[in-house]
Amino acid sequence: MTQTTPAPSQDDILALIGSQLHLEGPLLPILHLIQQSYGHVPQIAVPLIADALNIGKAEVHGVLSFYHDFRDIPAGRHVVKICRAEACQAMGGTAVADHALQRLGVEWHGTTANGAVTVEPVYCLGLCACAPAAMVDGRVVGRVDTARMDDLLSGVGA
Amino acid sequence: MKDFIIPWDDRDMGTPAKTGAAVTLTIDGFDITVPEGTSVMRAAAEAGISVPKLCATDSVEAFGSCRLCVVEIEGRRGTPASCTTPVAPGMVVHTQSSKVRKIRKGVMELYISDHPLDCLTCAANGDCELQDMAGAVGLRDVRYEPGRNHFEQRAVVGDNPEYIPADCSNPYFTYDPQKCIVCSRCVRACEEVQGTFALTIEGRGFDSRVKAGMAGDDFLSSDCVSCGACVQACPTATLQEKSVIELGTPDRSVVTTCAYCGVGCSFKAEMQGDQLVRMVPHKQGKANRGHSCVKGRFAWGYATHKERILHPMIRDSIEEPWREVSWDEAIGFAANRMRGLQEKYGRRSVGVITSSRCTNEETFLVQKLTRAVFGNNNTDTCARVCHSPTGYGLGQTFGTSAGTQDFDSVEHTDVVIIIGANPTDGHPVFASRLKKRLRAGAKLIVIDPRRTNMVKSAHIKAAHHLALRPGTNVAVVTALAHVIVTEGLADEQYIRERCDWDEFREYAEFVSDPRHAPEAVEELTGVPAAELRAAARLFATGGNGAIYYGLGVTEHSQGSTTVIGIANLAMMTGNVGRTGVGVNPLRGQNNVQGSCDMGSFPHELPGYRHVKLPEVRAIFENAWGVAIDPEPGLRIPNMLDAAVDGSFKGLYCQGEDILQSDPDTKHVAAGLAAMECVIVHDLFLNETANYAHVFLPGSTFLEKNGTFTNAERRINMVRKVMAPMNGYEDWEVTQMLANAMGAGWTYTHPSQIMAEIAATTPSFAGVTYDKIEAMGSVQWPCNDANPDGTPLMHVDGFVRGKGRFIVTEYVPTLEKTGPRFPLLLTTGRILSQYNVGAQTRRTANVVWHDQDVLEIHPHDAETRGVKDGDFIKLASRSGEITLRAQITDRVSPGVVYTTFHHPDTQANVVTTDFSDWATNCPEYKVTAVQVSPSNGPTDWQEEYAEQAARSRRIQAAE
Repeated sequence: MTQTTPAPSQDDILALIGSQLHLEGPLLPILHLIQQSYGHVPQIAVPLIADALNIGKAEVHGVLSFYHDFRDIPAGRHVVKICRAEACQAMGGTAVADHALQRLGVEWHGTTANGAVTVEPVYCLGLCACAPAAMVDGRVVGRVDTARMDDLLSGVGA
Repeated sequence: MKDFIIPWDDRDMGTPAKTGAAVTLTIDGFDITVPEGTSVMRAAAEAGISVPKLCATDSVEAFGSCRLCVVEIEGRRGTPASCTTPVAPGMVVHTQSSKVRKIRKGVMELYISDHPLDCLTCAANGDCELQDMAGAVGLRDVRYEPGRNHFEQRAVVGDNPEYIPADCSNPYFTYDPQKCIVCSRCVRACEEVQGTFALTIEGRGFDSRVKAGMAGDDFLSSDCVSCGACVQACPTATLQEKSVIELGTPDRSVVTTCAYCGVGCSFKAEMQGDQLVRMVPHKQGKANRGHSCVKGRFAWGYATHKERILHPMIRDSIEEPWREVSWDEAIGFAANRMRGLQEKYGRRSVGVITSSRCTNEETFLVQKLTRAVFGNNNTDTCARVCHSPTGYGLGQTFGTSAGTQDFDSVEHTDVVIIIGANPTDGHPVFASRLKKRLRAGAKLIVIDPRRTNMVKSAHIKAAHHLALRPGTNVAVVTALAHVIVTEGLADEQYIRERCDWDEFREYAEFVSDPRHAPEAVEELTGVPAAELRAAARLFATGGNGAIYYGLGVTEHSQGSTTVIGIANLAMMTGNVGRTGVGVNPLRGQNNVQGSCDMGSFPHELPGYRHVKLPEVRAIFENAWGVAIDPEPGLRIPNMLDAAVDGSFKGLYCQGEDILQSDPDTKHVAAGLAAMECVIVHDLFLNETANYAHVFLPGSTFLEKNGTFTNAERRINMVRKVMAPMNGYEDWEVTQMLANAMGAGWTYTHPSQIMAEIAATTPSFAGVTYDKIEAMGSVQWPCNDANPDGTPLMHVDGFVRGKGRFIVTEYVPTLEKTGPRFPLLLTTGRILSQYNVGAQTRRTANVVWHDQDVLEIHPHDAETRGVKDGDFIKLASRSGEITLRAQITDRVSPGVVYTTFHHPDTQANVVTTDFSDWATNCPEYKVTAVQVSPSNGPTDWQEEYAEQAARSRRIQAAE
């Protein structure tokens, strides 16, 4: 799912947009489809979407920037999200997170030099009972301590 | 007469006014009755109670985000926001309970915890709603520790990495996120009021920021059109005029009228002494309802531009440099020359051109100068080259030479036809009101060779765009009528009641001829027949139908015929005489309507009455004590022809640049060069002044009293906010010239001129300055029958009696494409520039449009080897110019488009001298041209630039 693909052409994006126009309120489905196809929503898509839906470029930007899950550049091959919400912090999540960042050698939202992992904060995965929690490529993991984090990171090639 | 007045109540009521059944409720113990749907906040304001608020303002719908306006309502749980809560009968509201006070104080404390406390050095100091509300809720302390923020440039140690600097890219205002409270008023104003959708809130939560355009954009590169609606809505210094940042807050204001387009927006000129600080749209202005565009709101800097001429100048011949002289010497020189010419070449050898930019009173005096002092009718006006066919066409069919509606009417229209007009650029404030109505569901039909922004832009889309070939308006309008008549969609009852039935039958027979069918004219007009049929059906059956049109209709060899065709369409569908319908010319200049009303045309005395009529002449002969020439005088093109022939020798031209604005520049130049006394009365040494012998400095609209009449016949007051820098208001200059020629005029204030107009002109009989002061504005006719003026015309029947249908036979223009000139050029204008650009080119508006460009379709460009941005040569049978190409599919293949704002382009060198059959209005909109690559200015442009530079020399003072 999250891997780099060649930069999409205008025609490719227009085809994706066109496939969603029959829906009521097609903006979010279009953004999801583009992100699913290319791993991110490239900026060149914004004016094309605005034109197709006859809305302002600013409006597309407003929606796009509201949702943190939409990316403007492709992520690494794997995405690790670490919960930073209250319950996980109370259970030592901060230390796990710091450990992960240190091991990967990146800041939040950064991608490792080998392109394997992008690490992101997330605010609650609904796993408070098993805190601290993380999510690797869409799969949630509970009771993550530093050792388990190391395992997870090794598993995704970092 | 009061020159300085305190503006009427413009208290912010919080949410927009509603209409509906009366509802009575109790607020803080007071009973108040308001229309259904009104918010509790507005009801409280009506009762004189202010509920604290930040995100609410009455120009946009309630949003409910700031939570400062919470109130308690008996029988309801919690503390609802008063802005989003509609009133209900019997509701009991408390706006000042201890509970809501505490909530408000807490909310305010949170706002201030993320806001810099630099009020003393803030540009909005004293004019800030955040400051006011902090005071109103009694905020005394902020308990939150300062933390991470984006507004302090420096942190405790080093720079603050999260600091966001201000965006100063717009030349007129800044966006400073430091001061922003993210109330969204700017975003909503951009959407609801202006309808551009250029702004958004990006990000979420604590990172929410106002953002123009998409990632990487600033205000200048975004879709922002700099209308100022966001600046107007901003409660803090976040969006702030640069002039206020520089000069400080204004201390007084004067309500006056914008001097740009025919919308006639009311503005408050906000002043410090005689220094203009900013122009702010006036909420009570009935044309603009508190909205503005980039020109009126910001582009007033030309008034103090260094190129403005403040001293009179004369010269014996146009080869000499100008010599600065006293007013007495200049006026004496001009008067002697004009009298001398009349003695030598006859009474009719001199004339005047009145200005559509000057006031009614000034225009009246200029035409009076020629009629009463020169003793001839040689007066014409710039309306000759724009809306003279409107005067003729609507006069013939309806009986009045003016639009039928007020602008408010657009709020009740269901189907709009726009023909040959580009309101988002030419009449932006009207366009915003129309777009608002379109977003609410009205349908739009655009008839225009070019895909204008009305055809498709954010949240609006025309149901039908009939992209006709330039010059085929009559064929398209007649085909629309064909469909309506042959498909039985005409409103027979309306026509029988209000129009001449026999004439309609004749017209119906004419249009029913199969040669007028959409299928028959498709090849000629380029409009698909099915699309045209659908448009006709929509207009005839879609409810209230209104037609708005512009110079794309009038500036053709068949301009008058198209106007008549439009009037026919409106009559046959029953769309004249009530709210939401009508035929509405969008006037180009601020006072085109007024200059026509004031008798600027050579055949008509004020009030559109022919000079041949002895009873009309008698009125003016009695008033003025002179004999009036019964022979109509010369139109502008006739004056120029006569000058070339040697029989027309002297011209007084007030506030118009005929050399740049009139067609076939070379012919205009030859005519002017042949005259022996050209008096130019203007702000700047314009292009016409290159051929002038006397230059009289003019005054701006900020420096004079008077009235303008806008496109809806509304007479608006123009108030003097500062003394004329040149020493005299324009009417005083005209009076000095007249008196030097023996007139003996003794006006001391324009109100006396208006009294003379009222005494001689029936449609103005009831107009006085006192009435305009009291009512804010008056729409003519204003007389004994309509003492308060007439917002809607032809309500109980047409002014001329029965509405008249006139046959509209299509006659192709003589300007034809051929192998040498295969493309059709059409001209227009752009939002940021106005007319010949004399004013707007001398403002920061040039950042949006610093040169005229030629729009050309990619297909036409490719076959000619033209790339985007290339210099190209544009040649017609009349002449050739060079300019840069812009490749776009806004124009159809075979059509090219440019603007005429810049004198170094001189688009009118290529336009022809063909003109409307009835009124001589030039055919600017159709010229056969060829485009070829080029590498520099044409010989004409170089020679012209050299001549202009030579002619503008001013002799050094001795």
